[in-house]
Amino acid sequence: MKNPLDSLWGTVISGLVLTVVLYYLARSMMGG
Amino acid sequence: MTWDFVHYGLGRWLHILSGVMWIGLLYYFNFVQVDALKKAAADTPPTGAGITKHVAPLALFYFRWAAVATWVMGAFLLGDKFAQAFLFREQAYVPIGIGAWLGTIMLFNVWVLIWPNQKKILGMKPASDEEKAKARRVAFLASRANTMLSIPMIFFMASSAVFHRPLFGG
Repeated sequence: MKNPLDSLWGTVISGLVLTVVLYYLARSMMGG
Repeated sequence: MTWDFVHYGLGRWLHILSGVMWIGLLYYFNFVQVDALKKAAADTPPTGAGITKHVAPLALFYFRWAAVATWVMGAFLLGDKFAQAFLFREQAYVPIGIGAWLGTIMLFNVWVLIWPNQKKILGMKPASDEEKAKARRVAFLASRANTMLSIPMIFFMASSAVFHRPLFGG
């Protein structure tokens, strides 16, 4: 599988996905 | 001038100023320089020498020290809530704690993975062609990882203020 960080768009999309994942993690840690 | 003004006014201002310089230069490297140098290397004769000799070292200088200034001013802003944020001890400090951890990982990448390898790539430190090729890959991936991490990092920095707390169901 190709490393998504090799492409600029792969990097940006990975960052957006990570933002969503961490957002839900933060919500659950805050009991929201 | 009150302590609160110095702490939350000047402190936040300097944190954002240095953060703009750090992340601005990170985006310059990732969105502009990598692609420009690839195209310059394909020219006959190659035309990227000026960038690697004059632009990259100066950009890296401001980049790595702005990273330090951003982290230090962030720690100053957290003040006595530093441990609460980093250890997620208080629910209200979870968003800024996540942002602070992302910023800390990024600072580590700058000083431990990007800068030592860039010194080899730019010829500031002696290295064989094989070592340079390896250094180029490590520095590239660390820089790309920081670009990826900067996206949630800025989200958590921007959304951690009290008035954004309902965003997290609080």
